[in-house]
Amino acid sequence: MNQTASTGEGLQQTCAHIKARLADDLVSADIVRGELSIKVKRAAIVKALTTLRDDAGCQFSQLVDLCGVDYPERAERFEIVYHLLAMNTNQRIRVKVDVGEDMPVASVTDVFHAANWLEREVWDMYGVYFSGHPDLRRILTDYGFDGHPQRKDFPLTGYVEMRYDEDQKRVIYEPVKLVQDFRSFDFLSPWEGIQKLLPGDEKAAAAPAPPKQGGA
Amino acid sequence: MNQALSPEVEIENYTLNFGPQHPAAHGVLRLVLEMDGEVIDRVDPHIGLLHRGTEKLIEYKTYLQAIPYFDRLDYVSPMNQEQTFAIAVERLLGIDPPPRAKYIRMLFGELTRILNHIMNIASYAMDVGAMTPFLWTFEEREKIMGFYDEVCGARMHANYIRPGGVSMDMPAGLKDRIADWADKYPKMIDDLEGLLTENRIFKQRTVDIGVVSAEQAIAWGFTGPNLRASGLAWDLRKSQPYDGYEQIEFDVPIGKHGDCYDRYLVRVVEMRESVRIIKQCLEKMPSGPVRVNDRKVMSPPRGEMKTSMEALIHHFKLYTEGFKVPPGEVYAATEAPKGEFAVYLVSDGTNKPYRCRIRAPGFLHLAAMDDMLRGHMLADVPAVLGSIDIVFGEVDR
Repeated sequence: MNQTASTGEGLQQTCAHIKARLADDLVSADIVRGELSIKVKRAAIVKALTTLRDDAGCQFSQLVDLCGVDYPERAERFEIVYHLLAMNTNQRIRVKVDVGEDMPVASVTDVFHAANWLEREVWDMYGVYFSGHPDLRRILTDYGFDGHPQRKDFPLTGYVEMRYDEDQKRVIYEPVKLVQDFRSFDFLSPWEGIQKLLPGDEKAAAAPAPPKQGGA
Repeated sequence: MNQALSPEVEIENYTLNFGPQHPAAHGVLRLVLEMDGEVIDRVDPHIGLLHRGTEKLIEYKTYLQAIPYFDRLDYVSPMNQEQTFAIAVERLLGIDPPPRAKYIRMLFGELTRILNHIMNIASYAMDVGAMTPFLWTFEEREKIMGFYDEVCGARMHANYIRPGGVSMDMPAGLKDRIADWADKYPKMIDDLEGLLTENRIFKQRTVDIGVVSAEQAIAWGFTGPNLRASGLAWDLRKSQPYDGYEQIEFDVPIGKHGDCYDRYLVRVVEMRESVRIIKQCLEKMPSGPVRVNDRKVMSPPRGEMKTSMEALIHHFKLYTEGFKVPPGEVYAATEAPKGEFAVYLVSDGTNKPYRCRIRAPGFLHLAAMDDMLRGHMLADVPAVLGSIDIVFGEVDR
């Protein structure tokens, strides 16, 4: 919060500067809650990050974080999120790129050395392929693991479980057997109780918005 | 070499497996080392043996249920990570914890920093051959964990810092006990330094080993003491203060050479600065509430629940459904003992995080192992590994 106060004006300037510099490669750029967040075209990610790193008006010298987010309902379901930090100007920026399931996104390891393991993690967790990555192996999951666990359609319990088998004297993998059903409660019922509108009322008067559909 | 005189000897590179069960591997690290004699050609760290899927699990838990997971990331500095998550949620909710809560968070944040640094220095010293610091510092760790116990009932996995403040106020008398400890603790740092700082063997093992320049440190994503040891005065408590660090006076120590020895020295000085911050926190700590007065986020006091039906409903709703967080995204970074620990939180407006990315400093420090160790001797592996302060709870998540 303090950060917003101290660099709020500078961030506006940086935002305007980036808009001018990236021009056509930029999809959107805005400041929300004091955080500068831009979205660039997938093809231009390496170029955009190079500009952000080298341009005198940006100076985002450090790649702090790189992660994926999964939105299964979108046409290009994954979002790769880069967080950069400029120590000279004490500013941060968030750069996003949309990518679909079977599309590669260019690796930024040549721009930021730190991206190496971070991209490996995104590949492991989401299955996003980074073209040009020097060593794109799985990183966090088990040797021989199948699937990409942080996708929203991957079940929390996974598909296999492992145990040590006394007879075979080795660790074996088996399909997951749950002794208790996975419990998932629907808590999307309205906090304030039933709204004034009852289900079906919206048909009578077209104007007001229908109430949020609660669970059973 | 004159090949005509000496018989031809073929030396092949061979691969050495270090860990995952090795006392100097600081947990469950497996390093595959390609060796040329005793010189390291390439390092391939295999991580993930402690991967528990924290980020995935948090997507299935309410915001309040997510906090205990943060204790279990970097399990030697639990409260700093809770604090980061709490700050992230607070920013999305648009609430500000009361001043006393902020001071308690800072106080325990710094206690945790000492907790972390003495653990690191002691185990590091043991890796390079000194046993005694380990025994001494664990006594101090026990005292700090005693403070943890008093304030939240748990010695390690605190679950104390909540979005909107802390779970409860400090018990009476704890302030004096911490003040008393803070007076005595610098003596312990002196003793520790007496054993290590000018110790010939310790210096032989650490000076000029694993040198990281300032440019490299930035390129490799170093943060925290490891970055500062390379000569960059970058501390998020100073540059992007959170929870009232702007009201506290302290210095940011930096190193000159960026070697293992400097990383050790930076941590030692940071402990002294932490004691300074603790004393200021105790001095300036105001009285007042420690939880934000918003019934939609924090449950009402126990007494009120005995008489008020509404309070009871709020309590029930908060501990079953949890609070809902407005849609949006936030990146909250704090200066954890190991470096920049951050939470990138994406909310879709429900009671569970849509995505909770945990940025662990150790992950990128370990990623630089290959670059740091090439050309070093095998015996330098534990020295470098110890000096970058790795804990696998946060690396593997």
